[in-house]
Amino acid sequence: MKFGVVVFPGSNCDHDAWYAASQNFGQPAEFLWHGSEDLAGSDIVILPGGFSYGDYLRCGAIARFSPIMKSITRFAHDGGLVMGICNGFQILVEAGMLPGALMRNEGLRFVCKPVELEVVTTASPFTAAAKKGSTIICPVAHGEGRYTADDRTLDELESSERVTFRYRNNPNGSMRDIAGILNEGRNVLGMMPHPERASEALLGSTDGGVVFKSLIAAMATK
Amino acid sequence: MTLMESEVSHHRLNWKEYQRIVELLGREPSFTELGIFGVMWSEHCSYKSSKIHLKKLPTRSKLVLVGPGENAGIIDIGGGYAIAFKIESHNHPSFIEPFQGAATGVGGILRDIFTMGARPIAVMDALRFGRLDDAETGARNKRILSGVVSGISHYGNCFGVPTVGGECVFEPSYDGNPLVNVFALGVFRHDDIFFGRATGVGNPVIYVGAKTGRDGIHGASMASEEFSEQSKDKRPNVQVGDPFLEKLLLEACLEAMKTGAIVGIQDMGAAGLTCSTCEMGSRGGTGIEIDLMHVPQRETGMTPYEIMLSESQERMLIVAEKGREEEVFRVFRKWGLDASVIGIVTDDGLLRVREHGKIVAELSNRALADEAPVYDRPHTKPFRKAPLTGPALHSASLEADLRRILASGDVCAKAWIWEQYDYTVRTNTVQGPGSDAAIIRIKETESSVAMSLDGNGRYCYLDPREGAKLMVAECCRNVSVSGAQPIAATNNLNFGNPERPEIMAQIVEAIEGMAEACEFFETPITGGNVSLYNETLGEAIFPTPVMGIVGLLKTAAPVPMRFQNAGRKVILLGGLGSSDATRMGGTQYAKVIVDDLWGLPPQLDMAHEKRVQAACREIVTKGLAESAHDLSDGGFAVALAECCFGGIGARVRVDTVLPPEMALFHEGPSRIILSTTDAQPVLDIAAAHGVEASVIGETVPNLYTIEGLIDCDVSSLQQPWATALEEALK
Repeated sequence: MKFGVVVFPGSNCDHDAWYAASQNFGQPAEFLWHGSEDLAGSDIVILPGGFSYGDYLRCGAIARFSPIMKSITRFAHDGGLVMGICNGFQILVEAGMLPGALMRNEGLRFVCKPVELEVVTTASPFTAAAKKGSTIICPVAHGEGRYTADDRTLDELESSERVTFRYRNNPNGSMRDIAGILNEGRNVLGMMPHPERASEALLGSTDGGVVFKSLIAAMATK
Repeated sequence: MTLMESEVSHHRLNWKEYQRIVELLGREPSFTELGIFGVMWSEHCSYKSSKIHLKKLPTRSKLVLVGPGENAGIIDIGGGYAIAFKIESHNHPSFIEPFQGAATGVGGILRDIFTMGARPIAVMDALRFGRLDDAETGARNKRILSGVVSGISHYGNCFGVPTVGGECVFEPSYDGNPLVNVFALGVFRHDDIFFGRATGVGNPVIYVGAKTGRDGIHGASMASEEFSEQSKDKRPNVQVGDPFLEKLLLEACLEAMKTGAIVGIQDMGAAGLTCSTCEMGSRGGTGIEIDLMHVPQRETGMTPYEIMLSESQERMLIVAEKGREEEVFRVFRKWGLDASVIGIVTDDGLLRVREHGKIVAELSNRALADEAPVYDRPHTKPFRKAPLTGPALHSASLEADLRRILASGDVCAKAWIWEQYDYTVRTNTVQGPGSDAAIIRIKETESSVAMSLDGNGRYCYLDPREGAKLMVAECCRNVSVSGAQPIAATNNLNFGNPERPEIMAQIVEAIEGMAEACEFFETPITGGNVSLYNETLGEAIFPTPVMGIVGLLKTAAPVPMRFQNAGRKVILLGGLGSSDATRMGGTQYAKVIVDDLWGLPPQLDMAHEKRVQAACREIVTKGLAESAHDLSDGGFAVALAECCFGGIGARVRVDTVLPPEMALFHEGPSRIILSTTDAQPVLDIAAAHGVEASVIGETVPNLYTIEGLIDCDVSSLQQPWATALEEALK
């Protein structure tokens, strides 16, 4: 099963996602250049963290126009698994593949620290290997991660069990403590925390590994 | 003053230097040429006041692949890999415009690393600010601190390099002159090292990266003068950074280097196009001829003078193999960056600058880069106003005083700062900020690199020579506590005006102390930076050399500084040490509780220090320590509290004849607190190294107890320590 990691100009967690997939979890993984429309036969596409296009205009606002986003939209529409981490989440929101918006952190400062996340739902290919209600620790590292949407969207996300992760101690002012959400088809995940940075005991936490393990299991049974 | 005299002084050159230029040229320089000499012969670029003393520093060991003189020093870390690292200051720009000043400081040092072919994997920063609570300057100092931290955060985070450590100190002497020293470290294979040399006559000289604008003109000369009331007018001298562009430049440069078409490469930092052309030519023993009409420009109507002296950021100069230009262009096009041939390498040793074919400057590369005047400036006794003896020490409550020290600016938690830095990007951070040393694993090898920054202006003010030695010792100790062997160093020398003999004396003494200690601890200095003229309205900063030490260890789970479990033995390696009233004068106790500065810095026995560090490394690498933390600012009581801030406390006794104020707060070096399940092997190793060590107590839940002296809840110490900085910034 193959992971494709998109490289936009300014992506800087691309190597981290590639390393987690290929080295920590032993899966084939390849970088996908933003200027190409070729997904290289990927089973899972990761939009990594970073500052695509320098976050100019708005985070993710320019990256959504990259040629590869056309293929990713089609891929997701056909049920392909897409995961946006941090800046990747911002891009998915800008591209309209996930609802809501990611605003400047409440404290108006960049925040980098490990945070506790509640696994809200296990009914997704990204979280099936986790225990519902359990707590995992993953780092956040963002300046604009305050999840914001209108009440109806938030209600709908909650009633359809599309909130995957919630902050135990909200670091950025996200509405309803939301840290990660799914699309309606449950095959696209966006999350601000970094599971790829919590995939190795040496670095202090392997909790984020549950996302990769869930994906690998999901593909094995497909 | 004649017109010429006023022009010469405008360029911060003196009349003698001007006459030397006329002599070297055999004619009067043009205005553009004078500007070029002005920046290249500035203190910042030429090191003219410090050069003869910097020669005293040790620079070699069997691990040093490249020493001083290149963009960064390079050290062998085994397995065919090497690290490049250096520290650089951006003090003056950060005072004038804190956000951009600090941001471009990060950008500049990162380019120094990747211009050599290394991918930056860690940044640290040493910061000095004025007092936040000062009635007159407090508000400004808060603004400077916030701006500097945001600037570092903005640049480093976007670029994608983890900022993993550093230090932050507050002193009145930095009120009008903050210090921002940024350290960066990168990794690469031995075969991938590039140099800033222009070789191969006829090879094209290629300009890549951002367009040239009018920003930063005279930045290097500005960094070579004191601040006055008019300094705010220098804001246009500060450059503006674009970390996104730098990230693209990094990827493009590393990719272009892989083509094999690049002969030499150098970043355009201080003195921009001028410095990169003449330095590359001088190192390569060649000439360089460029035509400014090919330089990508952001503004219209720029004069040759402005183009040559601009310090626009995110630009590099490349010498490529003739006929292979297209291979380089293809990579830069892919990353959406400007690249254009602006000239060629020649055999005449001259920097020849044309504008639309017409020669506007013609100077010898060697004269510019290597023949700047070198001064042996007069030096007398190091400047100090502090008395030798201080007041009698008396603590009404040791517990209350400990709490005050823990909540003071230098000692309190700095999480408010480092949580704004992305310190986990690139998934190599084994140990991040808030520790004695940061540890970054090298994915390509079995090794990790430990690194630490240290400096102590108070100690150096009292005695620059001993202060510098103490700094090297502490920096090495921080690295040793993590189990790493210190292997190399970089230094940033921040001082006042070298034309004042008592300031020059501080510089000389500090360099000599540093040289002696680096020699002794076997940490050659492979590069660094000198920042002089750190004075505002005639008041010099404390002499503030800053040291960066890197060490090597086998990649493994780190030994944390905090106690991990209750019921463990607490061992004080190196003993409780000794002090006297004179040696208390530079401590945090003197600063916070007595509000004074006197006497001498703590006494250092380098041979003893080395044995303590060797013992600690052996204990840690054998897996015998569950936690390890060195004693520094605030002494024993503070270090013990820091060990407890994971929630596990301790109950210890101190058996000493010293009065309690001294026993708890003296800052004698060469001491480390360890916790362990099995004390005997630890004591045996200490004994084998000839180092005093004893079990002073054990870890317990929640309580901080020094028998007969202090007895309180850990949380009652931790809370003020954790919140002090944020409170102070409100």
